[in-house]
Formats: sequence, C-alpha cells, structure tokens
Amino acid sequence: MKTIVRIPCVTTTSISNMAACAELPAGGFVFENCQRNKFLESQGYKVPKAYKTGTTICGLVYKDGIVLGADTRATEDTIVADKNCAKIHYISSNIYCCGAGTAADTEMTTQLISSELELHRLNTGRQPRVCTANRLLKQMLFRYHGYIGAALVLGGVDSTGPHLYSIWPHGSTDKLPFVTMGSGSLAAMATFEDRYKADLSRDEAMKLVRDAICAGIFNDLGSGSNVDLCVITKDKVDYIRPYEEANKKGVRQGKYRYDRGTTVVISSEVKKVELEVIDTEVRAVPMET
Amino acid sequence: MSGSSQINMSFGYPSLRPQPEGTKTLNVPKGPYGAPDVMLHGFNRTHAAQGLVSSHPLEFSEKNWLSHQQKMDTVMLKNTQGIHAPMRLHMEQHFAQKMQRLPCLPSSNILLDTLTGRDEMIGFEDILNDPSLAETVGEPHILMEKRLGIL
Repeated sequence: MKTIVRIPCVTTTSISNMAACAELPAGGFVFENCQRNKFLESQGYKVPKAYKTGTTICGLVYKDGIVLGADTRATEDTIVADKNCAKIHYISSNIYCCGAGTAADTEMTTQLISSELELHRLNTGRQPRVCTANRLLKQMLFRYHGYIGAALVLGGVDSTGPHLYSIWPHGSTDKLPFVTMGSGSLAAMATFEDRYKADLSRDEAMKLVRDAICAGIFNDLGSGSNVDLCVITKDKVDYIRPYEEANKKGVRQGKYRYDRGTTVVISSEVKKVELEVIDTEVRAVPMET
Repeated sequence: MSGSSQINMSFGYPSLRPQPEGTKTLNVPKGPYGAPDVMLHGFNRTHAAQGLVSSHPLEFSEKNWLSHQQKMDTVMLKNTQGIHAPMRLHMEQHFAQKMQRLPCLPSSNILLDTLTGRDEMIGFEDILNDPSLAETVGEPHILMEKRLGIL
C-alpha cells in the first residue's frame, strides 16, 4: 500500500510543463474548450464568425473532359475578406476540386484528401481515379456529421473517362453531367439548365461555365470579382486564373491636387523661432568594443 | 453431433455511427485517498458528470470512431470467412502492440500501422495536435508507474 504520494519534480522551467500527466495526449480534434465556450457565450461573448467563401462554383462534362469554374470572392459576414482567392484546389494531376462553404474547411479537406490520394497512388502504382477521391471525401465528411462545412465540386479525367461529382457537407454525393454549389448556385444552375447539351466543344463549354459563374457574380452578393476556370482533359490541365476579370475596380476620373503656382504668392517672410532649453540630461552609453 | 445442429450466424453489426447517448459505466478515477487526484487526472476527469455531459456532439463520436470501425470490420470478416480470420489478424495486432519503446519516448508503431492499414491513411489526428508538439511533457516516472500499473 502506498503511503507517500510522490510529488514529481520537473526540471523544465515553464509552468505549463509542470502538469504530471499519466497519459500523453493523442492527436486529432480536442473538445476541451467547448464547455468553456458555451459558458462564455451564455455570458454574452460573441463568437467570431468563420470566413465563408459565399461562392458560385460549377462544373460540367464536355466532349473531351471537364470544365470547372469558380468565382474569387471570400466573405466574412458582410465584408469582402479576400478579393481574389483561389477556390479551385489541386487534388491530383488529373483531378481538381472547387470548394464552397467555410474557407478553412474546404482548404484543409482538399489538402488532406490530396495527400491521402497521393499515398494511395504510391501504393497502387496507378493514376488515381475520381471515384476514389469522391469516396475518400464522402467518408471523411460523413465521419464529422456535417460539422466540417465543405461543399465541393470534384471533377477529373482518369482511365475510365471524365467524371464529375458534387459533395455536400454531410457526406452525400451526386454524380451528374453538370453541377453547381455555393450561394450563387441557383443563378448558375439556371444558366446550365437553359443551355447545357451533351458533347459541347471546348470553347462552348468554357463560355457556358463563364456565363454561369458571371450569373452568380452579378446576381448573388456572396460571389464576385473574377472568374477562374480549370479545363481538364486526358493529357493536360489548363488552370486559367483569372479567366476573366468581371468586376474591375473603378479608375478615378479626375485629380484633385492643385499644381504649384495655382495660388499666386504675394509676399514671403522668414522668421527664426527661438527654442528654450528646459532640461538637460546626461546618460551613460556603454562603450562598444 | 445431432442432425438438427444449426449454424447461428450473428449478423449483429455494431453501429458504425456511434450513438450520442449510450449507457456507459462511469469511472471516476480514484486517487490515493479515495478522492480523484486533480494533479494526476486533471480538472475534467474529476467531475462526476464528466461522461454524461458532452461538451460537443462530436466528442463521443470521435473517441470511439476507430474502435467502432474495427469492430464492424471484425464482425464482417467473421461472417464471411469464419471465426479464424479475425482471430489471426487480432493475434498479429496483439503482438505488434507489444513492440513499444518506454513510455516517455515516441514509438514508431510501424508494424501495427502496417497491419491496421494506418500507413496508407492521413487524417486529422496526424495534422492537428501532434503529440510531439504537445505543451505538457510527460513526467517519465509517472508514465512508467502507470505502464507498470503501480500508480
């Protein structure tokens, strides 16, 4: 039977290291502060809002591959947080993913899945398939029950052809020939529903995607700035950023500075200002060796 | 061997999505004098309602996610290949788990990761809250005592 409780003596200096923990912490999400946050909220503290991308993203399948499009505005409630953010993320050399929802969530999720897919590619030795990326994403998003707010449009061309998926934050996916996501998705979908046909040419497809994103930009407050496009075919990827600057910042029409000599100088006089010495102080400066 | 022997296949797959409210026996950790030792177990663990009050809906889900996933795989394997298949795999994993360094030093767990398939996965547990960058340093004596069970 132990009679003495030994108090550990720790030789490190910082106070945070003095806890005698019998278990080392595991990695991953930590929920320690959630109760504290709830308490603070009940006391009237306002929780800071996450940056949402408030986006219009869309994609469509054309004759030779996939065209993905996105706007470039990131909003923080009613303020534009980023006028030119990149919403088309790299998953692998033949697969790209547009992200809507919370900006951090889309960024981290796509990077994580890109790394996992690369590990998978090294293990299998084959070019990764779009359905693999889709399954990895939906399994991860379902695991977190929608708390990771990432709505994605995943598109790519693999050995079986071009594929396009839309992935919702709770983990459901749709495999369709054309998809739109984000706050401007209704405007973009209206454009697609009106003009989409199977087997479009490359230029027609790019124009249609550009029109859909512009519909979102001009009709939705959460989307704006430029249009980014990504054209994926079997052999190469064209990441065109920006494809079009839809919202150019205005140029000032006139100058309001007056040139020297606009006002006539009648006479000039120079006066010396006498400064009084109030206080003197002698300081020792260490000698520099 | 009676003629009416039936093979009872239990298709009792455990729920992959852990239920937020589960019946759980609560273990308030006991220190040397019967009361929970705050020094060893921290503030959160000493609260009697610690297991019942969940601070976040995901907390319970995340704690048990990996073990639920593995249980489900075990049951599926048992139903398709028979009881020997998960037994062999568990035996190998059991031995791999024993290959560890002493508590204060990080173990690579290479064999265990290869057997469970974790060498091909990257999740948030690899990116967030990296244990090697933790703020609190494990005190070697306490960790060793806990490992030997004489804490």
